[in-house]
Amino acid sequence: MTLRIQKGNTANKISNIVHMLSEVDFNTCIQCKKCASGCPVSASEISDSISLPFEIIRRLQLGASTELLGTDIIWICTSCETCYARCPMGIDIASIMDALRILAVENNVHDKKGYVSFFNKAFLKTVKIFGRTYDVAFLTAYKISSISIKKDKDGKFSFLQDMDKLLDIYKKRKIALLPSFNADRGLVKQIFQIAGQRKKRYFDKMMP
Amino acid sequence: MKYAYYPGCASESTARDQHESSLAIAKSLGLDFIEPDGWICCGTTPAHHTDKLLSLSLPAANLIKTQKMGFDMVVNCAACYNRMKIANYEIQNNSKIRQSVNTAIGENYDGSVNVKHIIEVLLKDLGLENLQKSLTHSLNGLKIASYYGCLLVRPKEATHFDDPENPTSMDRIVESLGGESIDFPHKVECCGGALTLTRPDIIIKLTDSILNMAQKAGAECIVVACPICQMNLDLRQKDIEKQTGKRYNMPVIYITQLTGLCLGIRPRQLGLNKLIVSPSAVLNKISLKNVKDF
Repeated sequence: MTLRIQKGNTANKISNIVHMLSEVDFNTCIQCKKCASGCPVSASEISDSISLPFEIIRRLQLGASTELLGTDIIWICTSCETCYARCPMGIDIASIMDALRILAVENNVHDKKGYVSFFNKAFLKTVKIFGRTYDVAFLTAYKISSISIKKDKDGKFSFLQDMDKLLDIYKKRKIALLPSFNADRGLVKQIFQIAGQRKKRYFDKMMP
Repeated sequence: MKYAYYPGCASESTARDQHESSLAIAKSLGLDFIEPDGWICCGTTPAHHTDKLLSLSLPAANLIKTQKMGFDMVVNCAACYNRMKIANYEIQNNSKIRQSVNTAIGENYDGSVNVKHIIEVLLKDLGLENLQKSLTHSLNGLKIASYYGCLLVRPKEATHFDDPENPTSMDRIVESLGGESIDFPHKVECCGGALTLTRPDIIIKLTDSILNMAQKAGAECIVVACPICQMNLDLRQKDIEKQTGKRYNMPVIYITQLTGLCLGIRPRQLGLNKLIVSPSAVLNKISLKNVKDF
């Protein structure tokens, strides 16, 4: 993927924030490319809109700015951690991907095809309310939010995608119609609140 | 032996079968599984995609509940297992994180609760010799591909589960149940995991490659220990057939279900009726004719 790296004082450098969020030192990368060789999605999904993991690391070393958040690899990364397991320098690339996703959402950059950030938001919202996952609620919330993107790459409405699968698992009684009432919901609310406040303080300071 | 049993949210929906079979084999083997009161979601992938503190505090809140019970924690979902292990690892090795997590959960947790996957309980705490003494049925040489996926074995610094490139824990259980554990090169390849609803196109490619390898290696079924792997490999076979014309008809069974069958537990009690691809080939091999018992 060709990305232009912005230079000068006006560039909104993200390398430092990525380093602070992930607590990973990416300066030791030797560009051996083992990360991309073992990556389950790099090989099959390679295209102009994808930066391979070692490219991401190099760009961070060169002082990348927010343009790096536009690469789709951060949304198709499955967090399988094969890259980290095989990195001869022990760079936790999966944590760097986490940091990039967090930064992307903060900058209102979402994935072009997969709606992963909407899925995450819907999932966590139900956890925050019910204390445990509630499939019916988060699937509905996710499907509704994905209407805003309207169509997938084949031009189909993504709203209807996988409805047949839901029916399959419903027939097998593998989906709960009611949420769980046994979770310590107060504790979950407290965790979300404290973590949320801390994150907000951090980003207010870093990206005013 | 008593354990704090963390079932994970999937146990109440898509992985009811894994949950039921875990409880059934625990009962049969004399293991006492007690759920921590008010356990909460571990946050799984969406949490670590969103905020590090959130992703560590949610599991830590369950771990402190477990610590108060005074038992080791046993988990059967590989994703929950992974998040518990990572929370322990970060809390033990990073004092700043420990402080923030403890503020968020309002307790003082030091990362010391032992977290075990049910495979580790069978293998290390119970021991294969003891397991074999309780068996009433044999897998009669059923050819099985043990599929571990990502979350049990990686990152090895945190999970310490097994060799991250060539784990053999499940293979050893399979062998002791009388099955033939086949050489399976894709045992730690990723199935696409959490992209299951967001990028089915990727899931289809990855699961096709895993199923294809299992079939080529001569497997009659795939054994798994993760609800996400199970769902992707089982549920997507129909899509793969639609797209590529390849029909695998490969049963994808939890290790707890397979163990339960050899302990003489009825298939329905193990949730085998909940699998999408019918496990009848497996049941026939174990000379359990009560497939209709579903």
